[in-house]
Amino acid sequence: MSGGGSLTAEPPVREAPPSAEPGRLRGQAVTLAFLLPAGILLGVWVVYPAVYTVFRSFFNATGKKFVGIDNYTALWSDELIHKSIVNNVYWVLVVPALITAIGLVFAVLTERISWAVAFKTAVFMPMAISLFAAGVIWRIMDQQEPSRGALNGLIGAVHDAFSPPGVLADASPSIPSLQGSPSTGIVLKTPLGSGSEALLGLTGIPPEGMPSGAKQAVAPQPASGKIVGVVWRDFKPGGGVPGKVEPGEDGIPGVKVALKDPKGGTFATTTSADDGSFSFDGVKGTGYKAAISADTFRKPFGGVSWLGPRLVTPAVMIAYIWVWAGFAMVVIAAGLSAIPRDVLEAARTDGGTEWQVFRRVTVPLLAPVLSVVFITMLINVLKVFDIVLSVAPGSTQTDASVIALAMWRTSFGGVNDFGLGSAIAVFLFVLVIPILLLNVRRFKREA
Amino acid sequence: MAAIAAEAPAQAESFATKLLRVLSKSPVHIVLLVVGLLWLVPTFGLFVTSLMAPADYNNFGWWKVLSHPSIATWQNYSQLLHHTDIPHALWTTVQIAVGGTVLPIIIAALAGYAFAWLDFPGRDWIFIGVIAMLVVPLQMALIPIFSLYNHLGIFDTVLSLILFHTAFGLPFAIFLLRNFFIGIPKDILESARIDGASELRIFVRLILPLGLPAIASLAIFQFLWTWNDLLVALTFGRNTQPITVAIYSNMRQFGSNIDLIAPAAFLSLIVPLAVFFAFQRYFVQGLLAGSVK
Repeated sequence: MSGGGSLTAEPPVREAPPSAEPGRLRGQAVTLAFLLPAGILLGVWVVYPAVYTVFRSFFNATGKKFVGIDNYTALWSDELIHKSIVNNVYWVLVVPALITAIGLVFAVLTERISWAVAFKTAVFMPMAISLFAAGVIWRIMDQQEPSRGALNGLIGAVHDAFSPPGVLADASPSIPSLQGSPSTGIVLKTPLGSGSEALLGLTGIPPEGMPSGAKQAVAPQPASGKIVGVVWRDFKPGGGVPGKVEPGEDGIPGVKVALKDPKGGTFATTTSADDGSFSFDGVKGTGYKAAISADTFRKPFGGVSWLGPRLVTPAVMIAYIWVWAGFAMVVIAAGLSAIPRDVLEAARTDGGTEWQVFRRVTVPLLAPVLSVVFITMLINVLKVFDIVLSVAPGSTQTDASVIALAMWRTSFGGVNDFGLGSAIAVFLFVLVIPILLLNVRRFKREA
Repeated sequence: MAAIAAEAPAQAESFATKLLRVLSKSPVHIVLLVVGLLWLVPTFGLFVTSLMAPADYNNFGWWKVLSHPSIATWQNYSQLLHHTDIPHALWTTVQIAVGGTVLPIIIAALAGYAFAWLDFPGRDWIFIGVIAMLVVPLQMALIPIFSLYNHLGIFDTVLSLILFHTAFGLPFAIFLLRNFFIGIPKDILESARIDGASELRIFVRLILPLGLPAIASLAIFQFLWTWNDLLVALTFGRNTQPITVAIYSNMRQFGSNIDLIAPAAFLSLIVPLAVFFAFQRYFVQGLLAGSVK
């Protein structure tokens, strides 16, 4: 493999010690040649700038005036930076732990399926995508209208399944004896009894707001032992007479009508037919009241405002977790496969439940791997930048801001305060120094 | 899906029964199936969105395209390729990513070899210095390098971006390669030296071929990192715009530029996804070497 060099040469007599002057010099020159390119790049692009940034952070925006620690006190008084630090604290508290936990769950669960590779590929795939593009993807997912944003569409589907929207968006009573509003329900104040009729006329419904399938309303035919009635759109082109069912006025189907007994309890409820008619049987005596329940006017799910000021940071976090969960899963799965099977088997044969084995054996054995994942995510979360820029719209960018973004906006985003920007960078650097020391210690222990 | 089922009903049936049997056996399968699909939905949604006319995007969600495939159109892509600067931005991204991958690997391999197999005073301390640089946020360099580039007159060039990526890729690259090279059996190196091979020859003929697996992992990482960068290019570029920056400059009007943003974003992630699927093994190896070590 070495190609050159004759293997038939004499077995080497111990050469002159490498400290021989010309040889040593030459050796040093070779070493230098190997190291020089890296040395120059790291010196000019990493070491010098790091030192200069610390120096620069004690000067004002233009760099002409020494300002001491003013830029550092400004970290707490500047609104954008303060907000960013608070947000980053949330990031640190929530995201690394959540990603590690999700990765652990996925890694453990995939051990039990035969199609683990397919699952892992699906979850791991976002790692290849730029955080910026991942943000674009989630910006589309996060649109507020449930008809446009997939996330709210999903939530809305579940929401509407459990509490379906009402048939009407809005309406008002057409006659004075009908009182109330869509939010409280509308009650007919006239007491009803056996053989009465309840005319529940509504107005203020635009034609396109009428439920589909509505038919010409029919005036109720009173009958003994019953209360009959109709809910209808008490309006026709030209106006019509309020409180009277007329040709051209449609019944409103699907309206929930409740009959209150004299004591105020609910006697029965029913739903109006296509022509708006409804009836209650088995009515005795008098003193009942008919009411249109507020359910009729329940608004459909309007969508969670993911990109609004309150939820924009959680929205960015969701996108970020979507990207990084695969990393945690893959690293933890590798750690899991290194755990000797017989240890787990022994715990199971000793009568441990799956949960006990997981809690008492698997997790403690995985602790080193879990801490590596956690620390890696901690560093990444402190530096989070691109994904905030692409998920958060301009209007809520400040609400979603993080330290790295505040640094960029302060330095290059129009303000161009290199003094303050340098101070933010140094602050960020100070935050990762404990992790830096940890890395160094780990290396020294291994070496 | 329907077509496949129609072509091979027997197979589909056996697959379906098998699927049912597996699913009924354990809720774990169902949960993971749902989670796995949920994980794929967002990327798929971007692709479908990229096929929608802007008017359609503003009226309904991308999933409507699934039930109304006729509204899907390649119009956005042909518009993008022929009438915008997105192809040029993609080309810029290619240049940055290739340069930003090849250069740091060569330089880091040289240094990694020196740290692993050459004796020089202070070797371990210098290496610890390199490890310390692993976590230095690149924010620490943005302002001084911005000024430096302006002085040197290389601001807003592809070269300046490549050099920045190279420098900040080096600590991890040196760390990874040094740790890999040190695992090469000493005998091989010793016998080559005794045979009189120069260090450069040993490096080129022995170390590089033996180090190929580590170099491959590193190449994938560095390529994805530089391809996907936004921050560096946003800071040191004005007219030199890689794809991420080009998309970003259209983000202010997200809704009205969606016909550019969605297809451009999808184009930007085709290459990293292809790299990922082609070299998944090396990607995972690199990840483990970098984090578990």
